[in-house]
Amino acid sequence: VRLRSRLARSGVLGQALLGVLGRDHLDEAAWEELEETLLQADLGIDPTTALLANLRTRLRVDGTRDPAAVRALLRELLLEQVDPGMDRSLATSPVLGADGEPRPATVLVVGVNGTGKTTTVGKLARLLVAQDRDVVLGAADTFRAAAADQLATWGARVGVDVVRSDRDGADPASVAHDAVTAGAQAGADVVIIDTAGRLQNKAGLMDELGKIVRVASRTAPIAESLLVLDATTGQNGLRQARVFAEVAHLTGIVLTKLDGSAKGGIVVAVQRELGIPVKLVGLGEGADDLAPFVPEEFVDALLG
Amino acid sequence: MFATLSDRINAAVSSLRGRGRLSDADIAASIAEIRRALLDADVALPVVRDFTATVRERAEAAEVSRALNPAQQIVKIVHEELTRILGGATREISFAKRPPTVIMLAGLQGAGKTTLAGKLGKWLRDAGHTPLLVASDLQRPNAVQQLEIVGRGAGVAVWSPEPGNGVGDPVEVARTGVAHAREQFYDVVVVDTAGRLGIDAELMQQAADIRDAVRPDETFFVIDAMIGQDAVTTANAFAQGVGFTGVVLSKLDGDARGGAALSVSSVTGKPVMFASTGEKVGDFERFHADRMASRILDMGDMMTLIEQA
Ligand SMILES: Nc1nc2c(ncn2[C@@H]2O[C@H](COP(=O)(O)OP(=O)(O)OP(=O)(O)O)[C@@H](O)[C@H]2O)c(=O)[nH]1
Ligand SMILES: Nc1nc2c(ncn2[C@@H]2O[C@H](COP(=O)(O)OP(=O)(O)OP(=O)(O)O)[C@@H](O)[C@H]2O)c(=O)[nH]1
Ligand SMILES: [Mg+2]
Ligand SMILES: [Mg+2]
Repeated sequence: VRLRSRLARSGVLGQALLGVLGRDHLDEAAWEELEETLLQADLGIDPTTALLANLRTRLRVDGTRDPAAVRALLRELLLEQVDPGMDRSLATSPVLGADGEPRPATVLVVGVNGTGKTTTVGKLARLLVAQDRDVVLGAADTFRAAAADQLATWGARVGVDVVRSDRDGADPASVAHDAVTAGAQAGADVVIIDTAGRLQNKAGLMDELGKIVRVASRTAPIAESLLVLDATTGQNGLRQARVFAEVAHLTGIVLTKLDGSAKGGIVVAVQRELGIPVKLVGLGEGADDLAPFVPEEFVDALLG
Repeated sequence: MFATLSDRINAAVSSLRGRGRLSDADIAASIAEIRRALLDADVALPVVRDFTATVRERAEAAEVSRALNPAQQIVKIVHEELTRILGGATREISFAKRPPTVIMLAGLQGAGKTTLAGKLGKWLRDAGHTPLLVASDLQRPNAVQQLEIVGRGAGVAVWSPEPGNGVGDPVEVARTGVAHAREQFYDVVVVDTAGRLGIDAELMQQAADIRDAVRPDETFFVIDAMIGQDAVTTANAFAQGVGFTGVVLSKLDGDARGGAALSVSSVTGKPVMFASTGEKVGDFERFHADRMASRILDMGDMMTLIEQA
């Protein structure tokens, strides 16, 4: 409900669709408008073309003309693409280490620059604390100016400890290792590791991430590896997801900045191609602005 | 293998050399490929529509050249049009007659404003100016500290009287920053502001208040090269909410095609002035319209052929 009301503010797509579907039949201009409205949401040209071809076929088979029925069918087809059947739960229960001892669940947060990783780590910590979990944060962004301080501010805000290096430019993998170790020693339930933003086409930085992944999973497998995708991102989002999936073995996606005017339609292609579910959405800069991803709400927001 | 636009147009165009005009079928097939390539590059829909109409007109009017085959000819027209729009209003920073020159930065959250402040600072200093960076983002956690570190890296002074993290008035900091610059003979002031959404009326008003307090000579709209169809909506919102005089495209070191550049400059008529190309303080350059045109359509190879023809 919240997502919907937040997103409804910018319901250009929805209005266009309503206009299109208000007519008593779909002429070529109406189809064009339908296409444009889907493209506008960053669905991408191929998924849009496929979806509309599907809709045409279904309409022919069903012989439907009624705008309300067309709309319902489009919603159904879109929803199918977003796949409500995917498991979107977060694995944050303690895991068994190689030595048979229970270990905190490690949650790794990755993505390109400026998407909202650090903010998401803070919000996620708040969510877990509210569920009475003991959380430790690891500041493995040792590169960006004041990144560790930013995470420390979040730690203070939500009341959890932050493991950080005392110097800038320290090896991020060793900070990740320290955080995992400190979390285990403190008997924490979850260790969330913030990493530096990196563009997926930078081999050196992706290798560095690979090393963080290896080190963080040394004593126990990583429970969640989350890619933070900015909802304003266009078609490049798919490239991001492909490369990060490979290097960081992604288990989920967090779609941030959905409180803006962008729809985040690129995640449809990402989910379809890579089978990685969107698990959470970011709806603002505050500690409570994180919500579960609900396919029906997302699709309704797309359709206005 | 046939991934680039020039390859695809080549495949789409069937007519042979020597006819007087490009055939309608060839033009239509090419336009479909161009549309697709533009959309893949995240060029905004209204811009795609205008653009393909212009290219169609020019292609229909064009005499077939002896030197170029029809595909090359269409690619050439596309490239020229793209470069024209992207480079239409390229210009230098306009410095104030009476210093200090004030440059305000605005944009969405995470676009690259604070990083850009440092880059601009260094670039200006290298050009013999004495810049001052002003920390008017008092909202995002540790933004003030970030700017201080970035300023240090650039060897540029930072005005940061308020700690931020929700404490202090950004309008007041901007005002006192410019006053400080005037007293201390800094000749350029770069005002870093908080990220804000186009649809956030309250924060947009705050940006307008900062603008009114410092009367910037330039306001740069900083936009992420990875942005999709939202580019136009957001650019229009900033154009209306604060107004801007130039665009800076950030994160161009990535592999996004960067259709945002075309979208924003064609819709707002404001020039893209600079490109941000990395996380380090020196990763900053003037915007090159022709390079961007080739990048958007991924057609560097064909352009080289055409230039040789
Ligand atoms: N409106 C909105 N802003 C957000 C959201 N999530 C993060 N932000 C803002 O986006 C900006 C970047 O967020 P960060 O958390 O620093 O992003 P990051 O991915 O850690 O950035 P780097 O570490 O520099 O790569 C900040 O201004 C955040 O307040 C969201 O869901 N909505
Ligand atoms: N690769 C790359 N990263 C960049 C570039 N410009 C900025 N960044 C990174 O993008 C992230 C966000 O940059 P900031 O300068 O903090 O962005 P901002 O617009 O000030 O963000 P807010 O103040 O939160 O709105 C950081 O990780 C920067 O290092 C660029 O040109 N290339
Ligand atoms: Mg961060
Ligand atoms: Mg900033």
